[in-house]
Amino acid sequence: MGMTMSQKILASHAGLKEVHAGQLVMADLDLVLGNDITTAPAVSQFPKFGHPAVFDKDKIALVPDHFAPNKDIKAATQCKCMREFAYAQRITHYWETGRAGVEHALLPEQGLTNAGDLIIGADSHTCTYGAVGAFSTGVGSTDMACGMATGRDWFKVPSAIRFILHGAFRPYVSGKDLILSIIGMIGVDGALYQSMEFTGDGVANLTMDDRFTVCNMAIEAGAKNGIFPVDEKTLAYLEGRSRREPVIFRADEDAPYTATYEIDLSRIKSTVSFPHLPENARTFDQIGEVRIDQSVIGSCTNGRLSDLEAAAAILKGRTVAPWVRCIVLPATQQIYKQAMDEGLFDIFIDAGCVVSTPTCGPCLGGYMGVLAAGEKAVSTTNRNFVGRMGDVTSEVYLASPATAAASAVTGYLTDPAAYMKEAH
Amino acid sequence: MQARGNVFRYGDNVDTDVIIPARYLNTSDPKELASHCMEDLDRDFTHTVKHGDIIVADKNFGCGSSREHAPLAIKASGISCVIARSFARIFYRNSLNIGLPILECPEACDAVKGGDMVSIDFDKGVITDETQGKTFHAEPFPPFMQALIAAGGLANYMRQEVKE
Repeated sequence: MGMTMSQKILASHAGLKEVHAGQLVMADLDLVLGNDITTAPAVSQFPKFGHPAVFDKDKIALVPDHFAPNKDIKAATQCKCMREFAYAQRITHYWETGRAGVEHALLPEQGLTNAGDLIIGADSHTCTYGAVGAFSTGVGSTDMACGMATGRDWFKVPSAIRFILHGAFRPYVSGKDLILSIIGMIGVDGALYQSMEFTGDGVANLTMDDRFTVCNMAIEAGAKNGIFPVDEKTLAYLEGRSRREPVIFRADEDAPYTATYEIDLSRIKSTVSFPHLPENARTFDQIGEVRIDQSVIGSCTNGRLSDLEAAAAILKGRTVAPWVRCIVLPATQQIYKQAMDEGLFDIFIDAGCVVSTPTCGPCLGGYMGVLAAGEKAVSTTNRNFVGRMGDVTSEVYLASPATAAASAVTGYLTDPAAYMKEAH
Repeated sequence: MQARGNVFRYGDNVDTDVIIPARYLNTSDPKELASHCMEDLDRDFTHTVKHGDIIVADKNFGCGSSREHAPLAIKASGISCVIARSFARIFYRNSLNIGLPILECPEACDAVKGGDMVSIDFDKGVITDETQGKTFHAEPFPPFMQALIAAGGLANYMRQEVKE
């Protein structure tokens, strides 16, 4: 029987000719990631693996992003723990505040994630790197310590669900709307323990940023990983970033899938996931009047340059509703500078937005936009669980950058395409 | 290995943000994490949980973040086992890696109610609801995971593997 793309990458890293779903394998890792929240517990687990030094100082990435710049003394202590470990172990890929950014935007941008790689990260959204054709999955801190010490970890070979994409998006619709509608269709455990493999002629019409957004939220359907085939766009993205040759794996013609969905991208509409699960996806024909207090545009899901451009296209020459706080967070320093050079900050600031330094802060209710009791936020982040962004009675509505920007202007959940049509 | 305690009963999709809210992730001290465990879902949990108690939940328990703080907080609360219809995959890994016993058993989830006295024989995979006088058989772990559990977690397992 044939193998899926994900299975082929696992087989090659486990030194096996073939693997099958359900098999448990030990495999060699190309990259191990941690952030300021998950690295501190990994540092305390590290000595238990019996290796004084990390397996390869060039294959570990440590990023202060969740509560950095340090939000309080305890967060500062965790960042310090990671920093001291990075220096003691001479970790090549440690970025200090001011040079860092949100991990899942930063690592691909810096060329650390490559096609054919096997990557683990102590952050659930590590699945983002499937966009470049890597097998990439989130793990906990003990697994991270294992990876740093030994360069290996155990994997249960996943089965896969196939999504065949056709056509292209309509204006103001993007990768976020696609993944929210897919999660709405299959549920928050719809791909539990499985791979989500995307294929079809529609893939060519997705930008790399769309693909990062789609893979980023594979975990919100319970998936182990999301993955796109490697095409010209992938290779063009990797060119000049990665110093290693990409290794291209393709799913076999007879690869087994537990389910196959055909999706016409031109039929995807702007989508909002209502509290308190990402699967509560609604399109605007199912959305009444929802007044918002805050709009967050950023994160590992949607803090890339094209996301900021999409928001700016709507905010240009307009102002945020008087009762709304709109917070824009470019995901990395490079994106921050590009956005500034393109004049996007003028647009945001003239519209009455906050422009923040890169941080995960508000996404997980850390800081830089925490919600009070009863407040509602539209957000381009990835989770809307109870209390995710602040008080236990606050609410998060997940949406695309275009939807978050249009909603910031009107003060209510707003379909960006309909709004821009009326505005002209 | 045995466990025995009263049941805290929860539903589907208990996520890591309610198990331990991110606002407390500026520490990884298990005792401090335990003092906030489940508070956004069940305000009474930390006040009433006793050593040995058991959580029974429905599908996709532990969905969301990769934070190992979630199983650490549950374990440090005194919970002896989490029984669910299914677990989110990172929570499942993390629990095995840190030594929080977990069992998948849809039949037990159909029957067991909050407050029931439940005992577990892990070696046999038998769950007994003493209050209702019913017994259930949990899904056995694959041999690799049994070895991982027997070794006392991932670090010991990897060290043993090197020696062999």
